[in-house]
Amino acid sequence: MAGKAVMTGTYFMNGDHACCEGALAVGCRFFAGYPITPATEIAERMSRRLPECGGIYIQMEDELASIAAVLGASWGGVKSMTSTSGPGFSLMMENIGLGICTETPCVVCNVQRAGPSTGLPTLVAQGDMMQARWGSHGHYEVIALAPSSPQEMFDFTIRAFNLSEQYRLPVIIMADEVIGHMNERVVIPREEEITITGRRKPTVPPDMFKPYQADPDGVAPMASCGEGYRIHVTGLTHDERGYPVMDAATQENMTDRLIRKIRGNKDKIIRTDNAYLDDADIVVTAYGISARSAKHAVREARSKGIRAGLIKLETVWPFPEDLIRTLAPSLKALIMPEINAGQMVLELERCAGGACPVELVSHLGGGLIHPAAILDAVMAAHKGKKKKKKEA
Amino acid sequence: MTFDCEKHILITGFGGQGIIMAGDILGKAATIYDGKNATMTQNYGPEARGGSCASQVIISTEDILFPSVYEPQVLVCMSQEGYTKNIKSLKKNGTFIWDEDLVKAKKHDPSWKTYHIPATRFAEELGNTMMANIVMLGFVAAVEDLVQIDALREAVLDSVPANTKENNAKAFDRGREYGEAILKGRAKQEKSRDRA
Amino acid sequence: MTTKKIAKLPPPHPMDSLLRVDRLPHIWCPGCGIGTVFSTIIAAIQKSQTDLDKISMVSGIGCTGRIAGYVKLDSYHTTHGRAIPFATGLKLAKPDTKVLVVSGDGDLFAIGGNHIIHAARRNMDLTVICVNNLNYGMTGGQQAPSTPFGAKTTTSVDGSPEEPFNFCALAAACGAVYVARWTALNVRLLTNSITEAMNKKGFSFIEILTPCPSSFGRRNRMGTGLDLLKFYHDRSVIMNDIDPKDAALNFEGGIVVGRFVNIERPTFIDNYLAAQGHQNAAWPPPNKKTIREPLEKE
Repeated sequence: MAGKAVMTGTYFMNGDHACCEGALAVGCRFFAGYPITPATEIAERMSRRLPECGGIYIQMEDELASIAAVLGASWGGVKSMTSTSGPGFSLMMENIGLGICTETPCVVCNVQRAGPSTGLPTLVAQGDMMQARWGSHGHYEVIALAPSSPQEMFDFTIRAFNLSEQYRLPVIIMADEVIGHMNERVVIPREEEITITGRRKPTVPPDMFKPYQADPDGVAPMASCGEGYRIHVTGLTHDERGYPVMDAATQENMTDRLIRKIRGNKDKIIRTDNAYLDDADIVVTAYGISARSAKHAVREARSKGIRAGLIKLETVWPFPEDLIRTLAPSLKALIMPEINAGQMVLELERCAGGACPVELVSHLGGGLIHPAAILDAVMAAHKGKKKKKKEA
Repeated sequence: MTFDCEKHILITGFGGQGIIMAGDILGKAATIYDGKNATMTQNYGPEARGGSCASQVIISTEDILFPSVYEPQVLVCMSQEGYTKNIKSLKKNGTFIWDEDLVKAKKHDPSWKTYHIPATRFAEELGNTMMANIVMLGFVAAVEDLVQIDALREAVLDSVPANTKENNAKAFDRGREYGEAILKGRAKQEKSRDRA
Repeated sequence: MTTKKIAKLPPPHPMDSLLRVDRLPHIWCPGCGIGTVFSTIIAAIQKSQTDLDKISMVSGIGCTGRIAGYVKLDSYHTTHGRAIPFATGLKLAKPDTKVLVVSGDGDLFAIGGNHIIHAARRNMDLTVICVNNLNYGMTGGQQAPSTPFGAKTTTSVDGSPEEPFNFCALAAACGAVYVARWTALNVRLLTNSITEAMNKKGFSFIEILTPCPSSFGRRNRMGTGLDLLKFYHDRSVIMNDIDPKDAALNFEGGIVVGRFVNIERPTFIDNYLAAQGHQNAAWPPPNKKTIREPLEKE
């Protein structure tokens, strides 16, 4: 039973399937979902693989039910996940908020397709980036990861579960149709090589336990159902006991901690994969599938003698604010390619704070950003500098 | 803007022919049995059967970054629609391979290498038209240097259901032998031409 | 003086072990029936003698949804309409836990309507208690899927133009293995029924008609909570085992209460485990020729 959960070996596998294998390897044993292109392959493989690993797959009546069941299973002490795409992600928003407020570890994988509305079900986009950040009402912090290959679907799914258990919140994997459907080499390591972060459990007896009394890092130990703690969990604003308290002071305590537990640990959460940054004067910042085009363009630019660099965002939320702030003053330009009309570029602009120009290379969905388009932007930024010199 | 070491392949046909499976097997052969890198992406419509579909494979000795195939170096057509839609995208000096019973090919760019095979008919003779994709893979492996033939054969056997392994091996070999025969024939022709 | 005061503290209530006494007083209005329902649930739990760490309660949003906040069990107050799918996940993760879903008519049948029909269809092993007060109480008395035709609410001031659901008939039609309806007045029968439903394997459903004097009662000039109880007392008639389709909710004539359905059917988990073992699997059906051949073109 346990041996089958980690399918150690080398595969030519698509991203959706790699996501499943990552989940199973890190101990996910519950999946509730609803079919939607291009995330259906995740549900299909989970339905086949979970019973082999002693877990349960259930196909719910809609995405509202899927995410609710995932939260319920997580409180039942089981690592749980769901997967979806744009329309389903929209439907899940309210209960992602419940997961944030009740601090419920779980993973949601959004294999993005082009919107708005039904949009292009079978074609790629990166249009849900801001929705991942702000889609549920109220103010909160999230963690979202952006894989750019099937291998990263495997690796980041493992990390998503570990982060969700460590910081107690739904962690979102922002994949896309191309990553989901693309086959590439996926190496699944041996079981003992996989890092698994466990759930922090209460260390005091039930009568002394306060379910939302946090440790110094802002995260509270979690008592699951049936462990004798008999706690109350609510989406209402609650105090340390988990009891609803309807006043501004409790609201401040609670939301401040929900935000602080992410912002205060951002150095442990944020990961970027940087290339050629040391001497770069033009930096392409990219994530997900577009980061591959970006790397292609940056290599081309380097071969032309342009000092281009690359920041590949592995975590898109929280955003690497400090890195951008430090870099921006020494740069001629920051460039962000994304398959939307400009979402993460807003964050890039905010962090650059006017210290250097920020350029968007946009594709509105249905196809990938060609490396040539990014290279053009790099060249333009490069020439822009020469022009200025002449003017001077 | 492709790297020199990348080989871009486009396999086209209609849903139900195993076009995506063929791309998957080719990529698997390169990745797992031939020590190279590969990506396979797919284009498909809402139809499960009968609609036009394509599988894009890139094989390289280096990392593959951009996984889309715009100008294939090798185009394999197993349907007329796949041919009409994609023939213009084939690169100069590229290779065009088609199922001669399913595609009526017109005049070609003289820089192309061209090969055709009655893959579906061969598969039918072997008992199942569903194996046309495997016949075609054997043929492609013989006429075009993409992956080692043994690696591809192994990938085929690894990908098909256990009870069909024997038949699929036959299908693969049929395509490969046909391709090798064509190459031999052409070599002979060239030799005789040289002599003349 | 002070020692005397301490000595005068009342003795603990027998239900205190299941109450979060530090959260009292509760938010329900005087004359509301939810308190009675809460007492019967606690009594039923005590009567069932189940290990309290093996029972949990899930609720949605609304007046009834607040029950989960007062019960001293692992209790989950979820979002509006989503108590049943949350409970589904909880139950599947912890199959040895009895999961009670306690929520209102609007929560379970309007915004959550899709979930209750599918949970019943799957025979998910849950006990669903629906407190039906004929309107949305917490938001001040709006029309609900239970509001009787012609009844006044803040969003149907001239009388509701819609026919209400018969919840019991709906639950039974969707496959619930246990279906009953009571009023908040039938305390003893209700307590027994809840115990019975909790011990029943599969999807059990109990509807409880409760007075809402502050909203529904006031707008329809039905008097105090006591008057409303009298209303239910005078009009309700117990008819066990009748087809819930015929168990009418006729406020002018008779309100039929009783236990309508009590059948056996494999649960979701039974079938899921059977399918894994490929033994007694319900799917695929043995007769392969069920798909009709397309008609030949003329």
